[in-house]
This record gives sequence, C-alpha cells and structure tokens, in this order.
Amino acid sequence: MKLEAIGLKKYFPLTSGFSLRGARGWVKALDGVSVQVAEGETLGIVGESGSGKTTLAKLFLLLERPTAGSLLFDGKAVGDFGREDFVRYRRAVQAVFQDPYSSLNPRMRVGQIVAEPLPRDNGMSRPMVAQRVAEVLQLVGLPRESPALYPHEFSGGQRQRIAIARALVTYPKFIILDEPVSALDVSIRAQILNLLQETLGLAYMIISHDLAAARYLATRLAVMYAGKLVETGECDAVYAAPLHPYTEALLSAALPLHPSARRQRIVLAGEVPNPVNPPAGCRFHPRCPRVLPQCSSQEPEWREVKAERFTACHLY
Amino acid sequence: MRESSPLLVVEDLKTYFFTRRGVTKAVDGVSFTLHAGETLALVGESGSGKSVTCLSLVRLVPEPAGRIVGGRVLLEGEDLLQKSSAEMRRVRGKKIAMVLQDPLTSLNPALTIGTQVGEVVRLHQGLRGAPLRERVLEALRRLRIPAAGTRLRHYSHQFSGGMRQRVSSAIALSCAPRLLIADEPTTALDVTIQAQYLELLKEVQASAGVAIILVTHDFGIVAAIADRVAVMYAGRIVEMGSTLQVFDNPSHPYTRALLRCLPDVGLKREQLVEIGGQPPDLARLPQGCPFAPRCPERQPICDETYPPSVPVAGGHAASCWAAPGAKARA
Repeated sequence: MKLEAIGLKKYFPLTSGFSLRGARGWVKALDGVSVQVAEGETLGIVGESGSGKTTLAKLFLLLERPTAGSLLFDGKAVGDFGREDFVRYRRAVQAVFQDPYSSLNPRMRVGQIVAEPLPRDNGMSRPMVAQRVAEVLQLVGLPRESPALYPHEFSGGQRQRIAIARALVTYPKFIILDEPVSALDVSIRAQILNLLQETLGLAYMIISHDLAAARYLATRLAVMYAGKLVETGECDAVYAAPLHPYTEALLSAALPLHPSARRQRIVLAGEVPNPVNPPAGCRFHPRCPRVLPQCSSQEPEWREVKAERFTACHLY
Repeated sequence: MRESSPLLVVEDLKTYFFTRRGVTKAVDGVSFTLHAGETLALVGESGSGKSVTCLSLVRLVPEPAGRIVGGRVLLEGEDLLQKSSAEMRRVRGKKIAMVLQDPLTSLNPALTIGTQVGEVVRLHQGLRGAPLRERVLEALRRLRIPAAGTRLRHYSHQFSGGMRQRVSSAIALSCAPRLLIADEPTTALDVTIQAQYLELLKEVQASAGVAIILVTHDFGIVAAIADRVAVMYAGRIVEMGSTLQVFDNPSHPYTRALLRCLPDVGLKREQLVEIGGQPPDLARLPQGCPFAPRCPERQPICDETYPPSVPVAGGHAASCWAAPGAKARA
C-alpha cells in the first residue's frame, strides 16, 4: 500500500475584514508538493514554522481539500472516492497530534476515546470492542484499569500513549504524527519515541521541527521551505551530506548534544518569507549563502541529482 | 576573573507553595554562585523548580500561595530578600533583567515597542524627550533590529517571532543590567532563528559583560552557550559543574539518564535509553532522594536520607549516594 501526493497545492484566501467579496490575495501554504510513503517506511518531514508541514498533514488526513494536485491511496485518487473508499481510507490513515492536553476530550472516558475511531457499523459487539481497546492500551503500556478513567487522571506522556492507542485501534496502515513529542518532558520523550519505534511495521509520516527526533525515527527525510519541498532522500544520507543550502543551514543550526561539537554554524540572515508574496525564482534565494545569478529569476527544477536524492537547486 | 567576588550568591534558597493539597516544595535548598560575564544554565524538566528559582531571585513568586521561606540571595553583596518592595522595584529592570519564553505574551500588544523600551529607560534613568529616544534607538540597534527608527512606532504584532524576542531582549538590556535571566528564551523560535538569537546573545554578553542565567530543558542549547550547568530535579540542584565536566563526566544518575535518552542530530542512535516512571509530585516528595524511584542505581539508603553534595572535581559536584565518598560525608 502506498500513500502518494502529487503536485499538492493549498492556498488559503486572504479576506479583508467584513467584506465577503472574494480574496485580496492567497496564502500559499503549500505550493506543489509531491511525496509518497510506502508501507513499513517512516517519512520525516522537517521544516520551520510556515513551511507548510502541518497543512500537508491536514491534507493527508482529509481535513482540508487541496486547491490543486491530487492524493492517491493505493493508486486511487481521493477525489474519486466513494463512501466505501472514505471509510477504508479513514481506517487506514490515523493521526497523533502534538498536544495530548487538547487532543483528548476531557469529558470522555479513555475507553470511549480509544474506541471512537472504530466504525459503528462494522459488526463488532461491545465485548469485542472492549477487548480491542484493552489490547491496544496494553500495547502502548497503559494500566488495565485505564478505560474507566478520564484523561485528566493521566500525565502528559501517558496521554500521548492514549492518543497513540486511539490511532492504533483500527489496525491502520499509515500514522501521521504531527510533532508527537514536542509537548512532552525530555525524560518522557524517549519513552514515546521508543514506543513508536517498536510499533513500526506501519508507515509513519512524522512531522517535526525537532531534527534530532526526526533523525531517530525516520528512514526517509523530506525538507520543506516556504510551501515547497527543497530536498528528499534517505535519512542518514541527507544528514551526512545535505545537498540544498537550506538543508545544510537547517542541520547546522540544530544544536548537537556535546559542547566539544560546538562548531561553525551557518547562521542564516533574515526570516522565512511571507507566504502571500513569496520571492520569485528560488524561494530561498534572499537568505541563501550560495546564491547564483539565476536564482532570483528562475525557479529551480525538482530533479534527482544523485541516486535516490532529489532536490530543487541551481547548484546541481 | 574567578578570583573576584561573585556577582550573585544564592544560598539555600527555599520557595514553597502553600496550597490546599499541602505544601509544594518548588525550590528546596538551591545554592549557587555566578560571576560577572558568566553563563549558568539551569536545566531540568517542567516542575523541577528552575523557573521558580528565577522568579525568587527577582522576588516575583506569585503570592500569597508562594512564599520564599528561607535562604539568601546576595547581589553584589546585598541581600535581595531583605529589601522592601520599593527597593526591589529599583533592582528589577536595572540590575536584574528578564527575558521570558514567549515574547508574544510578554510584550504589551496595545503599546508601541518604542513606548515599551522607553518605559524602562525612563523609570530607571530618568531620561525624557530626545535623549530618551536616542537611548531607545541604541537599545534596539544593539539587538540588530533593522530600521529601528521606524520600528519604534510599530506594535508587537507587526514583528516576527525572532524580532519580538529581540525586542524583549532590547528592553531587558536597555539599562545595562548586571544579570540577565533568560527563561527558555528560544523555545518559541524556529531552529534557524534560534541560532541567530543565541549568536546575538553571546555577542551582546561579550560586549556588555552581563552575567546570564539561562533556563532551558534543551541540552543542545546548554552545550552551545553555557559556561556552567546546574541540573535540577524536584526543586534541588542535583549536579553542578562546568559544561564540559557535566557532559564528559555526568556524575548523577539523572544527568546520565537525561543525556542518554535524547536523540542527537549528530549521530543516529539505535535505541534511546528510557527513564522509567514520572517526575515526582512535589507535594508528596519521598523522604529520601526524589529520583530514587526512577533511578537505576538505587540503594536502600536512597529512600531514607537525601544525599549530600559530593565534589567530583574542582567546581563539579553531584548529590548522589552512589558517588564515591558520599557515605563518608554523611
């Protein structure tokens, strides 16, 4: 099974105040992104805020409709889905969000929360549902009595486990993780990261600004900047030798864990561009330390520059 | 430099919160010293007492629930805990300044940033009119805010996250404080912006000679800019030493566990070593070492008495019964 995005675009309208007459402009949150995740693979999507990572996740979860481009599930376009297909898709693609304090309904018991994704008409009797809930809760390492409790009775790390259990309950094929450990304490992060690693075999799409966490989990990496992909490749290869100057700067800005590894960092000037009016040519050119004359006018082509390594940059 | 008397001496600081659930010992006997121009990182998880320690230094612990119940805080020899609140107001912003985590909430959305930077300078240095404007501009330029002259008239929502953090740092540094307390200053910032900000902070520190207490949970930031590290757990400092000492020879099991459980960008780890269990409930602290229930090197004595601080090397100490010589000191 494969989940694939082809030339995905998402523009949000910019309306002025009370006027309902059309948009003044468009926020180009996602501007032509093509990625794919295959079974058993973990795709890490990294980038700074405003790069479009979360919009991409929302499109994959069918929480937003793409402005252009298509989403393929097992070769079938989501646009052509019938009712049955949607049910199948929703069962196969699940999500874990960043903040387990706001993603769990405080008025539902854990048992109900975890059982909620199970379709009501799938012929499972109550004991079967309870059995499945107990199974996944055990899998994520929560105590037996959990189903009867409310989310507030759990710590942050345990809540994230509940969220993971809820995602696992439908036997999904893909799990989309939006910053799964950012809201957790450092000593708890390892527990969750290891839990995710152990339940591998599923395909994950992990969206993160934490480059270390992405490196730990991901097998393939996609780097985004201002609504576009700048580089993809096998995770270790990208970390070892980044191709795109933005990837290079991003990795060098990430702080290594040891003081003796203090090294010359590439400190980028300026900020992520305004998505309403992104720079012409390559979107990174105003901040790029290795800018070429054609970068400001010509948009670099997305192509495979080495085996399994794609990037959009005039340097190659 | 080290021979000169320290800028800040904190001795056995205790800040408790008196709540219906009982007494929460948020800070329970914290001691450290800080010299001018030095950067001390306070590292720990949420609830370890790092932020409350900082609030205690400037006497901004939320009252009446929270109270500083003991200890001394000597800034250039004067005990801040003995000062009246009027005297404290002259210390805050002038001698000790703070930068908080989220500049969006620490800046006033209804005032221009010129007014906000100016307020501090006006209060502490009594400047008005053109000289005041000059000082404000200088403060903004020092933090490299482009087009400071026009930016003065802008509001905080017109700035990006990184620029906002520079504005609040400009406010903090405008009166040339002796001590800057930075509480998770880059948590709300992106990675490349965080790199920009940390570089800038180091530069400004070098030129102004200000001492920095940096509160963080990110060992990457500690490794990048701190001179010394204090690791906190459940309201106490469990290990303190120079950055290299602590990273190369972590002597408390908690520090060791923390350093092993983090993924690193520099190398791919096969498996992260988890720390089991949860951080303790501060209102129901165990009698002995609060880390004992999660500690891989737990001994019977750990559950009975809190371990003494044992020197490991010059300027490096850890509070652990497993450290060599701990039992002899008890």
